[in-house]
Amino acid sequence: MEIPKGLKFSKEHEWVTTEDSVATVGITDHAQDQLGEIVYIELPAVGEKISKDDPFGVVESVKAVSDIFAPVSGTVIEVNEDLPETPEVVNEDPYGDGWLIKVRMNDPSDLEDLMEADEYAELIAREKE
Amino acid sequence: MATAGKISGVSPIRKDHDSRELAARDTATLPIGTPLIFELSSDGRAGADLAPRTKGARSGAEILGPELCRDDLPGFPELSEPQVMRHFLCLSQLNFAQALQFYPLGSCTMKYNPVINDEIAALPGFANLHPLTPPHLAQGALELMARLEAALAEITGMDAISLHPAAGAQGELTGLLCARAFFNKRRETRHKVIIPDTAHGTNPASCRLAGYEVVVAHSNDRDFIEASEVRRLVDNDTAAMMVTNPNTLGIFEPQIAEIAAALHDKGALLYMDGANLNALMGVAKPGHMGADIVQLNLHKTFSTPHGGGGPGAGPIGVTRVLEPFLPVPRLKNTAAGWTLDHARPDSIGRMRSFHGNFGMLLRAYAYILALGGDGLANASRLAILGANYVRKRLEAHFPAASAEPSMHECVLEHDLEKRSGVTTLEIAKRLLDFGVHPPTIYFPLIVHGALMIEPTETETKEVLDAFVAVMERIYTEALSDPELVKTAPHSLTLSRVDEAQAARHPILRWQPK
Repeated sequence: MEIPKGLKFSKEHEWVTTEDSVATVGITDHAQDQLGEIVYIELPAVGEKISKDDPFGVVESVKAVSDIFAPVSGTVIEVNEDLPETPEVVNEDPYGDGWLIKVRMNDPSDLEDLMEADEYAELIAREKE
Repeated sequence: MATAGKISGVSPIRKDHDSRELAARDTATLPIGTPLIFELSSDGRAGADLAPRTKGARSGAEILGPELCRDDLPGFPELSEPQVMRHFLCLSQLNFAQALQFYPLGSCTMKYNPVINDEIAALPGFANLHPLTPPHLAQGALELMARLEAALAEITGMDAISLHPAAGAQGELTGLLCARAFFNKRRETRHKVIIPDTAHGTNPASCRLAGYEVVVAHSNDRDFIEASEVRRLVDNDTAAMMVTNPNTLGIFEPQIAEIAAALHDKGALLYMDGANLNALMGVAKPGHMGADIVQLNLHKTFSTPHGGGGPGAGPIGVTRVLEPFLPVPRLKNTAAGWTLDHARPDSIGRMRSFHGNFGMLLRAYAYILALGGDGLANASRLAILGANYVRKRLEAHFPAASAEPSMHECVLEHDLEKRSGVTTLEIAKRLLDFGVHPPTIYFPLIVHGALMIEPTETETKEVLDAFVAVMERIYTEALSDPELVKTAPHSLTLSRVDEAQAARHPILRWQPK
């Protein structure tokens, strides 16, 4: 299971990477693996406000429909327009072309609640038990 | 110990062939790629010999007029009668059927549908009755519906029943709309409905359709809802809580009465989802547990056919105070006989055209009469016995997800994903090779890799033993030859279908080549 160093992770299995005050958000390799083949993704519109820990989108796989929870609060400034047509990209490249949204953060201290790669690896190991 | 061969009521159990060899032989005789009936058509071929039009007689188009004629249709397929017969009989043999094979699809109660149900439904007086027949000419049908309402009221312990809803989810919506109308009448505005984390997905969906916000109640570490959790969540803005009992883990909610009291203390209603009533018939009544609204899934519990999506029947039962809000028309017994009462100002209105799925109501009534009160109670007890027998026999390799006793279904886990990378989906696909319909998988969501098995009351010990043997064999195969399981099924006309592609890019209509 790939857990790249340098990214931040939420307990709801999202990853975040930041550049200045803009956070790029996606779901982790573990999340896509657990969901199975993804068939549909619903994302917010550009300009929408999202709140930390609240659902901002929906991902549907052949197994289940799940909410995607915001790891940070802010305003959506870009969404991955390719995903509605090719949701399988999230399975194939969850940390790259499978990114979901870019958010201008209200408060960069939101990031402090997120995990580093090694902490997230421990969380997954615990969940597997 | 039974042989791990095909489980079927009609063909003898197979010997232990290598299944890949078996697959090759079986598929050779099956009509792979059966064409559509449109593709079998041949111009001018017909199943009936029609006399030529009399000279001078007008054509159909001339009689109907051009405005009723379309020239953009591909036309009807033209085939001989034997071609049509073979085509549909072949297709029917590709089906999986409860009447042919073991169908332990958890939460769906795929119980055997007794033939007497269909015999009764086929009586010409019922089968030929037009839904617009005026009530004074349909007294027998109306009385039957009234009797069914009375039977369901007795079984559920509720005061009044509406037979209108066409399926379980529509029953949920009808119940929630009645709750909404009830609060509106009292000039109370409530916005929230509490739903456990084990609920069927239809519960939150029905809430949203009825205009409510969903609040999730979390199960405790013994997999049921504690009254304290409900007390923490319920307030004066809570309209209701929807509880499925037994819950989707097949566990009876032991604190249901305290949960009802916690809700009632705040003026909220208890909605009991009766999807799992097969554990309770004749044994325990939702009304006695404090339910204000309950929906029944006649197509599950009361043995009406529902493979392939329907038709269903999802009557609801309510307490006396909610009765004025039930859908119209209501059956009413008058001096002149049974009538349909539309003059009910507080009703939420119509939920369904005509009288619900009458054919299903008939079958359910036939089932109730055929079994009687004691028979229904025995059916529930046997359903519980069967589920617990399977659970116990499988516990070495497929332990139950919960330590609590099972009711009519059991939810099992396994360690194969960790040990050999074989997933629950692949186990389910492999079961098809042995003539078993896979159980419900990956549900409830709180159990990782869940297998949800509901044998139903009619399966014999021999069938259950054979099923256990098949599961044990698959467990062994998953360790010794994981590829065999990962690439199953091997013995069916279609192997692994691309579910993801079908969901991403569905082709819903036949296109001419």
